[in-house]
Amino acid sequence: MFSVDLLLNALVAGTLLGGFYAAVSLGLSVSFGQLNIVNIAHPAFVILGSYVAYMGNSRWGLDPILLGLAFTPVFFFIGVGVYRVYYESFERKDDEALRGLAFFFGVMFIIEVGLIMVYGVDFRSVQAPYIGQNWKLGGVGVPTRMFVPFCVSILMFAAVYLYLSRTFNGRAIMAVAQDRLALQLMAADPVRIKQLGFGIGIGTTALAGALLIIIIPIEPSIGRLYIGQVFAIAVLAGLGSIPGTLVAALVLGIAESVVSTFFGPSWAPAVAFGILLLALAFRPQGLFGR
Amino acid sequence: MRLDAFHVVAAAVALLGAAVTIFDLLPINKFAFFAGYVVLQYVVLATAWNIMGGYMGYVNFGTAGFFAVGAYTSVVLYNLMQAPLIVMIPVAGAVCALLGLGMGYLTLRLRGVFFAIATLALAIVLETLVVNWDYVGGATGAYILRAREIAPFGDYVEFLFFVMLLLAIFAVSAARWIERSKIGRGFAAIRDDEVAAECAGVPTLRLKLIATTVSGFLMGVAGAPFVLYVGFVEPSSAFNLVYAVNSIAMPMIGGATTWAGPLIGALLLGSVQQVATVTISSELNLLIVGVLLVFFVIAAPEGIVGLVRKWRGGGR
Amino acid sequence: MTRERLLDARAVTKRFGGFVALDEVSLDVEQGERFGMIGPNGSGKTTMINCISGTLANDGGGIVFKGAMLDGKKPHERTRLGIARSFQIPKPFRSMTVLENLAIPLEYASGAGPREVEERGMAILETIGLADRAGENSGKLTQIDMRKLELARAMATEPELLISDEAMAGLSSTEVDDILDILFRMNERGITIIMIEHIMRAVMRFSERIVVLDAGRKIAEGRPDEIVNDPEVERAYLGE
Repeated sequence: MFSVDLLLNALVAGTLLGGFYAAVSLGLSVSFGQLNIVNIAHPAFVILGSYVAYMGNSRWGLDPILLGLAFTPVFFFIGVGVYRVYYESFERKDDEALRGLAFFFGVMFIIEVGLIMVYGVDFRSVQAPYIGQNWKLGGVGVPTRMFVPFCVSILMFAAVYLYLSRTFNGRAIMAVAQDRLALQLMAADPVRIKQLGFGIGIGTTALAGALLIIIIPIEPSIGRLYIGQVFAIAVLAGLGSIPGTLVAALVLGIAESVVSTFFGPSWAPAVAFGILLLALAFRPQGLFGR
Repeated sequence: MRLDAFHVVAAAVALLGAAVTIFDLLPINKFAFFAGYVVLQYVVLATAWNIMGGYMGYVNFGTAGFFAVGAYTSVVLYNLMQAPLIVMIPVAGAVCALLGLGMGYLTLRLRGVFFAIATLALAIVLETLVVNWDYVGGATGAYILRAREIAPFGDYVEFLFFVMLLLAIFAVSAARWIERSKIGRGFAAIRDDEVAAECAGVPTLRLKLIATTVSGFLMGVAGAPFVLYVGFVEPSSAFNLVYAVNSIAMPMIGGATTWAGPLIGALLLGSVQQVATVTISSELNLLIVGVLLVFFVIAAPEGIVGLVRKWRGGGR
Repeated sequence: MTRERLLDARAVTKRFGGFVALDEVSLDVEQGERFGMIGPNGSGKTTMINCISGTLANDGGGIVFKGAMLDGKKPHERTRLGIARSFQIPKPFRSMTVLENLAIPLEYASGAGPREVEERGMAILETIGLADRAGENSGKLTQIDMRKLELARAMATEPELLISDEAMAGLSSTEVDDILDILFRMNERGITIIMIEHIMRAVMRFSERIVVLDAGRKIAEGRPDEIVNDPEVERAYLGE
């Protein structure tokens, strides 16, 4: 059942999927990779973003991508708030390892169950003019519901990358985990910088969530599946490497797409987690780490 | 091992269990055994989790994975040879002990958070494997026919209740023994500072592997009778996230550094959940667990045991 | 008088990615010696002790202790062989009391049974001057007491070689004398000591022999008075 056409389709679909994964895992690369905060609730915030887009779209017919953008500041402040609680309760007391993890696990669970209580476990989707078309380029199909999120993802990715690498605060975020001394020399308050970084991390989930619900219908508990993707990408990228995140996201997207094309979609969830387990076991410093 | 009040109480509880299940000494309705089984199962799971999490500070998010592997080991044994429960329990325990050992070996040389993330991954990889494995029913699940009655207990659920009671007593005793042994002190040193522990002569990797193995064993043991209890097992029920959440929330709420913590947490939270699922929606029930977990890790890091100690010590 | 060689590190090299933290550093320490190691920040001192105590694996060279090759041995195995270390930033077992802190190395490194632990632990605390803190929570100690606990815990492993990593940084001058006094007493009991320190007054007074590291290389070795007058050392510390 192997054919070149099938493979080409899988590669293109995988690239589009990978671009989207880059958007989903970008925030985690910042919070986990740069700030060393193991936010396992990250995918739950993505799902929350999806439901915000769903609500605005189904009730007022607003565009999901615009909704995602509009809610980015709201999510940013939610992130700032969550970091304050995390810092005061765990980080300041050097107690991140056990209780900090349990905290984020609890947050993830509360978001998931909260969404189930409000929206139930039915799959939800959004309406937009760019969903549902399918371009044909030779034998390769390019569904617009994948292509548009791909483009938006890359734009968001580029914007965050530019911010982190070009601005004073952005550089401070990149430095905060590795080099406290440098940060002090820059006269930046580490807590404020981490708060900003974590806020950005959560901020990205509003748009990432909107993109997710454009790609596929969602229900509250699928957030958990994305834990595999986002952490696989973060680890594979070499913690904290932003360009590495993009490459790792593309690698994972293509791998998943190829596996589900040739072995069946029920195996797809195992790809991310399998890669994650292998990476942890054999190359914890990531593809791009030293 | 010296005997003390704990062992007397444990023996008394076991005898009482035998009295109510075999001789029907007290007029207890069937639902109580049905609910009691679940509570006791959580005592085992929470105690097992706490050996890694509470004693050593390594968070396992994959309780559901271990539990399900225990349950599915029973399915395989049943399909292969109609094995009885007495065979299922040790084999399921052994399989999960090996799983814990392998898991530990792959990830424990890394920082603790990677272990935590890997356990999360493990649960989902295992679920995907089971979903795609037709021999154990795949995504649709598997039935096991069990007898309605069993001598001398009468009702089969009463028998399962008694078995789970013994497993719970075993798990709590084991945890208590570990906590007071040299191994337990080594675990505590690892939790406080792993590098310092290693430099003080503690073989940290070996101790961590002991912990994952024992913890895995107990989780597998808790899962083994599950198929007989429900009669039908499917991936989504065996791998349910509820097991992971409860096994973390119960020790954290009870108090994670001592054997009494997960026991208290499981009895309290487990009972409340059993009552609440009947009276209020099961989602609200889970939401309460999540909120309690977050509340306790923020406001009462030593759990109920810590609160009681502080109250008794007059605030040290 | 010739003394027996206790530690022999040959051309130890450690790289972090492209950064060479230790570049073929050799040192040999004799039994009973008081040995000093100095160098500017980032010169590789702590990396060197991490390689000796085993918390880092060296990429090149080899380390021999009491005639046995250490390479490939885990830190706890080296501790049991007789190498103890204290940490620059104290790492007490915070959930335990001071005495319980000592119980860990006593049980795991010195093979004490549960019944001997208290007696032997208290004896060590007496010599270090922490006996009155035995029942206190170790996380709540003062800086100087934390440093002492570090040394006490190292003592509890019954070492032949003790590596003291900046045990005096940030202490007042009477406290520095206090720690120096403890180290001198340990040395009188036959324990070989490698002292890493920034406080020159302390290293110069304590050490019989000193090596100087700079940017991962050994740039000088000799008696304290030789080191003080070494132009290369002066350059490393003051810049060109």
